[in-house]
Amino acid sequence: MKVTKETVNYVANLSRLTFTDEEAEKMAGQMDHILRYMEQLNKLDTTDVTPMEHVKPISNVFRDDLVVPSYDRSELLKNAPNQENGAFKVPKIVE
Amino acid sequence: MKYEVVMGLEIHIELATNTKIFCTCTTAFGGEVNTHCCPICTGMPGTLPVMNRKVVDFAIKAGLATNCTIANFSKMDRKNYFYPDLPKAYQVSQFDLPICEKGYIDIEVNGQTKRIGITRIHMEEDAGKLIHDEGGTGSLIDYNRCGVPLIEIVSEPDLRSAEEAKIYVEKIRSIMQYIGISDCKMQEGSLRADVNLSVRPMGQVAFGTRTEMKNLNSFKSILRAALHEEKRQIKEIENGNIIVQETRRWDDDLGKSFSMRSKEEAHDYRYFPAPDLVPIKVSDEEIISFKNSLPELPQARINRYINDYKLPEYDAKILTNSKDIADFFEEAIKYDVPPKKVSNYIMGNVRKLMNINNDEVPPFTGEQLAMVIKLVSKGTISSNMASKVIGFMYEDPKNPLLIVKEKNLGAMNDEGALIKIIDEVISQNQQSVDDYQQGKKKAIGFLVGQVMKQTKGKANPQTVNKMLVEKINNLK
Repeated sequence: MKVTKETVNYVANLSRLTFTDEEAEKMAGQMDHILRYMEQLNKLDTTDVTPMEHVKPISNVFRDDLVVPSYDRSELLKNAPNQENGAFKVPKIVE
Repeated sequence: MKYEVVMGLEIHIELATNTKIFCTCTTAFGGEVNTHCCPICTGMPGTLPVMNRKVVDFAIKAGLATNCTIANFSKMDRKNYFYPDLPKAYQVSQFDLPICEKGYIDIEVNGQTKRIGITRIHMEEDAGKLIHDEGGTGSLIDYNRCGVPLIEIVSEPDLRSAEEAKIYVEKIRSIMQYIGISDCKMQEGSLRADVNLSVRPMGQVAFGTRTEMKNLNSFKSILRAALHEEKRQIKEIENGNIIVQETRRWDDDLGKSFSMRSKEEAHDYRYFPAPDLVPIKVSDEEIISFKNSLPELPQARINRYINDYKLPEYDAKILTNSKDIADFFEEAIKYDVPPKKVSNYIMGNVRKLMNINNDEVPPFTGEQLAMVIKLVSKGTISSNMASKVIGFMYEDPKNPLLIVKEKNLGAMNDEGALIKIIDEVISQNQQSVDDYQQGKKKAIGFLVGQVMKQTKGKANPQTVNKMLVEKINNLK
């Protein structure tokens, strides 16, 4: 599969990013290169290989349902670029 | 042309756990903005989620209660989308290996049983709340609800009317309340439904194009939104237009739906396995033990009420509709009173008072109701007075015998006093006495009423009737 500029722009839109034509062109080439590299895996015969659901061979890691006091709000908001009345503030969402 | 509506529902149910799905923050409703949050549920880089054991237990119970197959192997996935109600830019959900699949529930539609398929039930996290400040320069976000555990119950497109959809949601709600995994408070958003709806000419096999209406959070809005959308689609088709597959927003105040054809619609979730959460394995032994731990479900209770207590099906269904009421009923009949009598009082007096006061349960116990019924059967109070006693008991849940004494509601068992009143009534209502003697048997009713009025309802109407008839016949 050849990655085109359109693919780059489609994925960029899903991630709320915008690129110049030049950037998109450059990234299409890079992404295409990465995918081609990965495609080597398709040459292997995986008929008898069970699909891997997780990298580690462990399951059932749970915790008990016990409340611990939540985090200090001012600490949580410290890295927020913008805040108001204890809330995170983001650019206006238009419905 | 006649059309048929085809609907499938996705019901989101907030689980009644103490903590969120992946962190130890409380799930309590409300709270100051962003005070039920931590680095995990606000999606800070480098944090690691750990699954709440109870979420898995509850999801399995939900699946077993809706006749699903429980997966021995299940995993969590990331559903990617950019919207600020999700701080991580993905929602942790389940994609190809949900915890429950292929179930069903039976609903009653116009006296007929209809089976509605459940495609799947999966676990996921809730999103935060956006506060759109009017005229402000931005949108504010409260992440208190972010990470609250949900299950999503997806039905097959088996529903054929708005009414069926409503009955289905009611049944799901009742089942989830019975097994105690959610309070299902719709006004607090603990149960929300997405309605997928299409129409097709009657007899056509292929489905029409569907639309989706999200986050309906009352029975009324589910019913109205579905009816409105059905009409809108039929009208579009009859006008020669085609239905566009889209998400529509239902405005309950305006009673209309609106297209949401915005950029947000360009969804491509690019699911992939959640790398920070390990798979979930459930053994057959565990599934069996969950099955054995399930409480009795509504249908089983209905059958038991009909078979063991000889209640009419109608009574059994009404009593079991709410688990609280069914429990109340069973508490009352422990005290050796006829089940049908208890049922009558609950369906009549008690339910009426609960509706007026907007209560889910009466303020007094089943034992207290049983005491009232016994007071009637012993003749301490007349059946007329029982409703009064129940009314007083609803205001102030005291021992009914105490209420009878305090309010002087005891039956008139003093025959001498009753004879006196009867004599008075006869002498003051000669016309009615004459009417009765001339064969107008109905006239006796008026006289009984007069006596009951004089005794303030405390006499037994049957006794009064008998005494009056004897008296008048002796006058001849």
